[in-house]
Amino acid sequence: MADEALFLLLHNEMVAGLYRAAEQGEGENGRCTTKLESMGFRVGQGLIERFTKDTARFKDELDIMKFICKDFWTTVFKKQIDNLRTNHQGIYVLQDNKFRLLTQMSAGKQYLEHAPKYLAFTCGLIRGGLSNLGIKSIVTAEVSSMPACKYVVV
Amino acid sequence: MSRPPGRKQENHKISRELFVLTYGALVAQLCKDYEKDEDVNSCLDRMGYGIGVRLIDDFLARSAVKKCRSYSETANMIAQVAFKMYLGVTPSVSCSSAAGNEFSLILDKNPLVDFVEELPAERASLCYCNLLCGVIRGALEMVHLAAEVTFLQDRLKGDAVTEIGITFLRKAEDRKHKRN
Repeated sequence: MADEALFLLLHNEMVAGLYRAAEQGEGENGRCTTKLESMGFRVGQGLIERFTKDTARFKDELDIMKFICKDFWTTVFKKQIDNLRTNHQGIYVLQDNKFRLLTQMSAGKQYLEHAPKYLAFTCGLIRGGLSNLGIKSIVTAEVSSMPACKYVVV
Repeated sequence: MSRPPGRKQENHKISRELFVLTYGALVAQLCKDYEKDEDVNSCLDRMGYGIGVRLIDDFLARSAVKKCRSYSETANMIAQVAFKMYLGVTPSVSCSSAAGNEFSLILDKNPLVDFVEELPAERASLCYCNLLCGVIRGALEMVHLAAEVTFLQDRLKGDAVTEIGITFLRKAEDRKHKRN
């Protein structure tokens, strides 16, 4: 629906705005990423609450991860996660080959160094969602080639 | 996995909630970063402007509307088509000047404040939805209509409804030129 465009644009403006403010201020890039991630955390917490109001209880961690990959990702990004890998010891890797927030930017190696800024919010989103489902985690993202990206959940 | 029939609507609602929640987190972060309300307001307005200049492309592509021939048509377009498309509400439009270039959009339901109960006491002059003003201003500028957009009434500040005022700045003679 038309909402995707709105969220996409808002997200891009947020990233741009925060970094612009940082440039004028102290010039600390790390803090911006933290701010974005914490915003994503709050949003993720709220969103997962609204989302799982009526769903059944989850059996285990893997079930929760599968829910995030399928339903949650579909609702937020209109597609499922392409690949979920785990080492069965608490580390999960979610791979999205055509991440919506990056498709508009480039389709290869261009602008690779700017990609992490745009992934910070989503890392927070995942972390917030998991935290409200009872899982404490650390989420990091890596991009090797746009628009594919991987989220590592520990 | 068979889905219950109401799922699509639910998904649609969730994506709108994602936008509203993200906006809320953004305003909260800006309030932490800036002490003065005016700074937050102007930051929101600037961001809205950036969104508006890009949103207009998306809007025109999706709605395929024809060129508006008058200011009132433009204001109606914004209210009935654009707001409906992006926020799911239809504000009512009223013209508030004899010259025909001042309009106000009256929203009795503002989805952006769905999760907001009231503004904190120390942020009394914060325009929570200032992003909307920036968006409208940016979008209008991209179709070559200069306008000033402000909030005239805000439900969060105690007024009965939320009212956005649009003042078109171009003189009437310029429009006549275009028709020739």
